[in-house]
Amino acid sequence: MALHFELVTPAKLVRSEEVHMVVVPGTEGDFGVLEGHAPVMSTIRDGAIQVFRTEGAAAENIAVRGGFAEVGENGLTVLAEHVEG
Amino acid sequence: MASLKELKGRINSVKSTQKITKAKQMVAAAKLRKAQAAAEAARPYAERLGKVMASLASKVSGEGAPKLFAGTGKDQRHLLVVANSDKGLAGAFNSNIVRAALAKAAELKAEGKEVDFYLVGRKGRAPIRRAHPQNIARMFDTTDVREPGYEEAERIVAELMEMYDAGKFDVAHLFYSKFKSALTQEPTRLQIIPVPAPETATASQAAVEYEPDEEEILAELLPRYLKTQVFGALLENQASEQGASMTAMDNATRNAGELINKLTIQYNRSRQAAITTELIEIIAGAEAL
Repeated sequence: MALHFELVTPAKLVRSEEVHMVVVPGTEGDFGVLEGHAPVMSTIRDGAIQVFRTEGAAAENIAVRGGFAEVGENGLTVLAEHVEG
Repeated sequence: MASLKELKGRINSVKSTQKITKAKQMVAAAKLRKAQAAAEAARPYAERLGKVMASLASKVSGEGAPKLFAGTGKDQRHLLVVANSDKGLAGAFNSNIVRAALAKAAELKAEGKEVDFYLVGRKGRAPIRRAHPQNIARMFDTTDVREPGYEEAERIVAELMEMYDAGKFDVAHLFYSKFKSALTQEPTRLQIIPVPAPETATASQAAVEYEPDEEEILAELLPRYLKTQVFGALLENQASEQGASMTAMDNATRNAGELINKLTIQYNRSRQAAITTELIEIIAGAEAL
């Protein structure tokens, strides 16, 4: 039920937690990632990642710049050059 | 033989030198811990990016590969990026890096290649300018920041990319000092452009969807990978600098201590000699009466 979500910048590991869903602003359109998502690699346009901790919870926005998302069997990893906030 | 006053002066001067080296040693120790933590914190990003690059690089090959990855097809002009610190008092830290760079430059020149330098930090400038006054392409100034960080890495890579796109060089090497421990730092050379393919340890088994396609992602990630490598080198360099500084200052403090002991013994001896002479004079005087 939980998706492992990691947000990494060159300076540090910003987040590593279990969440319900993450909406990633991909270069070719937003996509939501739930647990068991098929493997994807995508670049991210500058914008906000929305993190839903639990089903129905309010979204938490994390603004990123220069990002890259990878969905693998270990969950979602977002590599971002800059994270604001 | 130096007079008592002179000796006293020298002892005091060595003592104040010792105070400075001791303070610098403690500062370096504290900074080293910080620099190591920073290097530690940067590792996850570099690791993950390296993995992604490896799996992409194995898929993209041949004509579709970007120039940054495939190279210009020539091997004539080399750019040596030399990362040094801005401050001294770090033993042979800077000169080791410079020596490694100059050795490589000599080797390349012997092969008939052209060599240019791109200098990061202040301490490498003088010796390299002396050896190759005509070949300094650019100097990157880090004196206005306390610790070179990711922003500096970004700016360095941006300048390098610009030079690469303008055809100013074909191959770039990065020289920095790898941090092994506080006692040993190893001057290291790393080829950064064209980007060497990371070892493909994990051939990805699952069918991965790429958005946009592999080539575009690779083209986008290459500069980032480069930045990470430069950033990593800067961090290693910082840790090495502090480690070298700590060791050098530890030695200096110990040497100063030895010197103080020696001078103190000499001082006491001369004082004793002076007292003895005085006594002899008094006694001789008294006997003469």
